Amino acid sequence: MEGRTLLGRLSWQLGEVVATRPETARTKSITLDLPGWTGHRAGQHVDVRLTAEDGYRAERSYSIASPPEEAPRVTLTVERLDDGEVSPYLTEELRVGDKLELRGPIGGYFVWEAEIGGPLLLVAGGSGIVPLMAMLRHRDAAAGTVATRLLYSSRALEEMIYRDELNRRMKSSAMLEVLQTLTRAQPPGWTGYSRRIDLQMLREVAWPVEQRPLTFICGPTPFVETAAAILVKLGHEPARLKTERFGPTGEKKHDGE
Amino acid sequence: MSEGFFSRGFHGRRRTSDLSERLPPGQYLERDFPVLSAGPTPQTPLASWDFSIVGEVDQPKRWSWDAFHTLPRETITRDIHCVTKWSKLDTYWEGVSLDLLLAQVATAAEYVIAFCDGGYTTNLPLEEVTGRKAWIVDTYEGEPLASEHGGPARLLIPHLYFWKSAKWVRGLRLLEKDEPGFWESLGYNNHGDPWKEERYWGD
Repeated sequence: MEGRTLLGRLSWQLGEVVATRPETARTKSITLDLPGWTGHRAGQHVDVRLTAEDGYRAERSYSIASPPEEAPRVTLTVERLDDGEVSPYLTEELRVGDKLELRGPIGGYFVWEAEIGGPLLLVAGGSGIVPLMAMLRHRDAAAGTVATRLLYSSRALEEMIYRDELNRRMKSSAMLEVLQTLTRAQPPGWTGYSRRIDLQMLREVAWPVEQRPLTFICGPTPFVETAAAILVKLGHEPARLKTERFGPTGEKKHDGE
Repeated sequence: MSEGFFSRGFHGRRRTSDLSERLPPGQYLERDFPVLSAGPTPQTPLASWDFSIVGEVDQPKRWSWDAFHTLPRETITRDIHCVTKWSKLDTYWEGVSLDLLLAQVATAAEYVIAFCDGGYTTNLPLEEVTGRKAWIVDTYEGEPLASEHGGPARLLIPHLYFWKSAKWVRGLRLLEKDEPGFWESLGYNNHGDPWKEERYWGD
């Protein structure tokens, strides 16, 4: 296979933390300077490896939030799980100046590049926004005018990751629409949706089937399962619906991907 | 590359000695059952489901859902390991051994590619799926296999990373030469042994 020799081995590399930024109470963005980074595509992820002083190691996967245009800087956005082993370290202990060992980029399917075009429908549940944010940032950085809609479901306004940036990007791009739903709590005056995604909502938000939109869905398993099944029911081609899920069948956690 | 490197302030959770023998390197114990797939969950009515063996064979074979259920069944309890780092212990399945299915054809093939509803494929050397190492399963923990976990039927190849255990499987194509499947074309290791950490190209 051609790519095999081109890509070679995915080596572990050390990056230096150059910035951290709380996004919400549970999520933090970590920006690394990676001198050995060979670039990535929006939607890919990395494996992070932590090593204790006695040699004990733990590895997890995290989506890349930053666009390829920022390489060799790479930003991960990590959600803290109370019972996690790696995410509490990354969100609470890791500081600017620390080194972090990772390898990547990984994943060649759930990716989007400006030249692939659209129209593009992005559907995010909770921290499922992270790889989709890399796509939005790449779209803007590549001067993309690809018609794009993002439907983003969060439990409450304060759990919405990248809220200000999404509003800013929507204002500055006529071809980007951001639609939000808050499933548990809505502030006074809320004008977005106020329920879990359903047939009616996707009927309103999704592009007409005839336009053959390319759709990326990322979130907890029940969320992705629901959104993908509805879009298939509305007549969208299964082959143009790409999904990435985290967590078990029922509910719960997200340590990476 | 980073001999002697450690993550300042990281202590981690130690495995109990009992587990360290059962968790391959880089894996953590998961008690739930995560779902990972690249697209929508296919929904194939059982009346139109079948399982085929095609390709480099004397005579292709095909079983309808009903015919598949007349075959001798086995129960399988094994640990499973996902390339995304989780492992799940003592998962309990029921299904039909690939040894039994492959015994129905004569072939000179050395490789096999599994094909599935939704277009997914994964490739394997024939020797990795014979000798009581692989099954087509339709029951998990005593219940019909849920569609998000690959129901009505999936491959089960517990000794390899779980992307090889293709969901929504519909058949095997026997090949003289190896040919990469879906994830194997997209950067994942061609073989996928969890104990050797064969995760990605070049591992």
